[in-house]
Amino acid sequence: MLAYIVRRVLYAIPILVGVNLITFVLFFVVNTPDDMARMQLGAKRVTSEAIEKWKAERGYDKPLLFNAAAPRGAKLTQTVFYEKSVRLFAFDFGAAEDNRDIANEIRMRMWPSLALAVPVLIVGLAVNITFALFMAFFRATYLDFWGVVLCVALMSISALFYIIGGQYVASKLWHLVPISGYAGGFDAAKFLVLPVLIGVLAGIGSGGRWYRTLFLEEMSRDYVRTARAKGLAESVVLFRHVLKNAMIPILTGVVVVIPLLFMGSLLSESFFGIPGLGSYTIDAIQAQDFAVVRSMVFIGSVLYILGLLLTDLSYTLVDPRIRLQ
Amino acid sequence: MRLRITLILLAFLAFLLSACGEVWNDPYPAQERGKNILYSSFAERPKHLDPVQSYTEDEANFTQQVYEPPLQYQYLKRPYELVALTAVEVPKAQVVEGGKFTIYEVRIKPGIRYQPHPAFVPENQSLSGQAIDRLRSPYDLALGTRELLADDYIYQIKRLAHPRLHSPIFGLMAGYIVGMNEYAQELRAADRREGWLDLRQFPLKGVERVDAHTFRVTLNGSYPQFVYWLAMPFFAPVPWEAEKFFSQPGMERKNFTLDWWPVGTGAYMLTENNPNARMVLERNPNFHGEQYPREGEAGDRKQGLLADAGKPIPFIDKVVFSREKESIPYWNKFLQGYYDMSGINSDVFDQAVRVPIEGDAAVSPEMQEKGIQLSTSVGTSTGYLAFNWDDPVVGGSSERARKLRYAISVAFDVEEQISIFSNGRGIAAQGPIAPGIFGYTEGREGINPVVYDWVDGKPQRKPIEVARRLLAEAGYPDGRDARTGRPLVLYLDTVARGPGDKAVFDWTRAQFDKLSIQLEIRATDWNRFQEKIRKGTTQIFRLGWNADYPDPENFLFLLHGPQAKVRSQGENAANYVNPEYDALFEKMKNMENSPERKRIIDRMVDIARHDAPWIWGVHPKDYSLRHAWLANNKPNNMARNNIKYLKIDVAKREALRRQWNRPVLWPLALTIAILLLSAVPAVISYRRRERMAARPAS
Repeated sequence: MLAYIVRRVLYAIPILVGVNLITFVLFFVVNTPDDMARMQLGAKRVTSEAIEKWKAERGYDKPLLFNAAAPRGAKLTQTVFYEKSVRLFAFDFGAAEDNRDIANEIRMRMWPSLALAVPVLIVGLAVNITFALFMAFFRATYLDFWGVVLCVALMSISALFYIIGGQYVASKLWHLVPISGYAGGFDAAKFLVLPVLIGVLAGIGSGGRWYRTLFLEEMSRDYVRTARAKGLAESVVLFRHVLKNAMIPILTGVVVVIPLLFMGSLLSESFFGIPGLGSYTIDAIQAQDFAVVRSMVFIGSVLYILGLLLTDLSYTLVDPRIRLQ
Repeated sequence: MRLRITLILLAFLAFLLSACGEVWNDPYPAQERGKNILYSSFAERPKHLDPVQSYTEDEANFTQQVYEPPLQYQYLKRPYELVALTAVEVPKAQVVEGGKFTIYEVRIKPGIRYQPHPAFVPENQSLSGQAIDRLRSPYDLALGTRELLADDYIYQIKRLAHPRLHSPIFGLMAGYIVGMNEYAQELRAADRREGWLDLRQFPLKGVERVDAHTFRVTLNGSYPQFVYWLAMPFFAPVPWEAEKFFSQPGMERKNFTLDWWPVGTGAYMLTENNPNARMVLERNPNFHGEQYPREGEAGDRKQGLLADAGKPIPFIDKVVFSREKESIPYWNKFLQGYYDMSGINSDVFDQAVRVPIEGDAAVSPEMQEKGIQLSTSVGTSTGYLAFNWDDPVVGGSSERARKLRYAISVAFDVEEQISIFSNGRGIAAQGPIAPGIFGYTEGREGINPVVYDWVDGKPQRKPIEVARRLLAEAGYPDGRDARTGRPLVLYLDTVARGPGDKAVFDWTRAQFDKLSIQLEIRATDWNRFQEKIRKGTTQIFRLGWNADYPDPENFLFLLHGPQAKVRSQGENAANYVNPEYDALFEKMKNMENSPERKRIIDRMVDIARHDAPWIWGVHPKDYSLRHAWLANNKPNNMARNNIKYLKIDVAKREALRRQWNRPVLWPLALTIAILLLSAVPAVISYRRRERMAARPAS
């Protein structure tokens, strides 16, 4: 298994280089270093000297990908791409364009992101599985039919509608929770109730249908028929046999997203004023802060690769027949 | 089992009942209730809080409460009037060597002390790396203070040329402060790019220390507007200890820099700095004290703005700024009483304000019921459509181009634009100078005769027939080039903000359609737009200007030929040139306000109106709302140091917040009941199924 992990880690390196290159090209197709300087220095009374000074201080005064004027060995290394990318692989993110330390920001902001994302994942998983089991249990009845209709209806609604509607109803009309904001420690609870509920509700449609399909597929298998033939109660069949055997596809979906929970939610964090990493990424895109955008994309890629690796490893835990080589 | 469920339900019911009367949606900690705290918000993370770099209004909301330049604007009087803040008096210009130099000598009041700060404790200047790593805030360390000295102002002026800082006004000041350019070069040569660069070791020729509380700034030639800069944080004192303290290794990694943790003598000090969520200002215990102004403009007394005349300020103990990125939560929190004041977004304008056909705008009945009050003021800014003077069709001083510009200026209905897109929040501009600024002329004499007639005591836009006639005289009858017969196609560059722009674009095209001119709108992002203006590849474009200081020079320079954007990267984006205007500008800019200066300004405005390099657009009106418990709020377009004048009736706020935010619990109970009831058919079905006998084989 160790050899497998090492191999997967080595595979990750060219993927990360590629992701970094694509991010770099996409960013600089839209923004030039001059644009970035102007964005940071403001619109009033900006001189070309100030722009050149800003670029030189941050290393944006070099060619982007190929430095024809550099000595032979340095044509690729004395470039913005090389200098900005190499440090990333050592997880040295440097400073944002506003001079705030990116690693420090990530350390501060990952906790609010996790505080929102982890309950949404856990509660959402529990609710989705329960609801899916309920529909599977009552399959082909009016309860199943209306359950599926409800799922389709929930899936059809935009996430933004859930957020604005939830804020309007729960907070503006009923005054039950703050509309937005965040506080550390236990005080965070009152700010998280609504976004977590909305996050769970918004996921029931797709989650419920997906898990229902898994359960129904599993329930059509021979071992389920055998269990029923033995006279086991339907609840026992469902919870002891079907649920257990449906764990592999559930794990596929869940484990892969666990590392990405750090990255936060772009929409929820903005609307609920939660100072997490999703909000950080949106801010950076708006402010054309390449240092932050690059770092967040890099971390996202690393976490995604890690999630896929963990998924593979988790197969071996839930299904003894699987061996990684 | 049933007993347990009953007990849980009873406990839940008891919890709900116990919560009755409490407010559940309060976003602030319970310990802050009943405290003398102002609640405000910010949408954008501040980029800089270092007074040498900070240049946006959002940042000024923080910096101007902490930093104190020598001067400030009198809070209530209009037109804006400079008064002393830390200075003993407003300095007078002393012209020397026959006008070659001008000297400003600034005397600082003795006895002013800095806010408590760790930089003033000598031991904190040599902290170990581990000690810095352990810090959660600079205020975790022992705090000290010291007296404000003239040296601190000198230090800050030197920082304008600091090689590692980007002061937006360095270029401007280097042209005036004697020796500033050479000083910047000297610092660049001396800077080792790491550690603290002690500017005290490098004297600046144009800035001298006279005594402990007096410094002198020598300017090249004359620059009467310099005193206005002395009211901005660029000229606020920075103690060298603070720069040294924050330059210790490890500080920057923790985001402990002077750019994020201001150190000043103002009424407040920044004690919590989390630009992602919350910024907190607290009363500076060492504040030197100031009194609420005793004089204001007409009407201030009636509005209660002089009720606290002569009382010591600040009134408020603490200011909490919460980050609010989205407008909907922000507005709803204001309505719930969790923000003390608010701007008015276009989306909620109709909900908040009623604009009668005749008379002033007022709050809507819904706002009135809550006791919310409206303040309005005309901003010291202008938004305009510029014609690129270098463009062969619309630019230049030829009769043909001028009449084309006239025609478009008449057809472009600015009043309608204000009504449709700004909810009436603005006044049509008659020239480059905004109301409230010296040189602005009201009434019949102040109208732009190219576009308006004076009818029934107010300006009236000339009829569209006049525009069509002018267009024909320009050689484009019915929107076609008389020489070639081709339709006239013009190009407008603007910044695209989103799908909402379509209505604006359609309306803009409609204005040109009135003259049968085809308008191509080239919407682009801000950077591309700026680049086009820099390169002069625009034809017509939208732009605006927000005044730095209340002097006509700060508007008229936008049309000064030598400051053309394409030729000299100045702020004259239209690249307009008129030798007479330029000569008058050079004369006017160095004059004190006087009838002679007014005459020159009038002539300059007449020239500009005649040449029409802009469609004189809009001077926007600022509308803001405040709750009944907030007193002494008066809009100030020149400064943001207004928090020290504000006062809160905390008891009233608490009572109204409770009244407006009682939790409505029945929907919660109903939701639970519906969920329980919806489970009943499932339970029945389940039981029936479990009891069902095996089906007979078919």
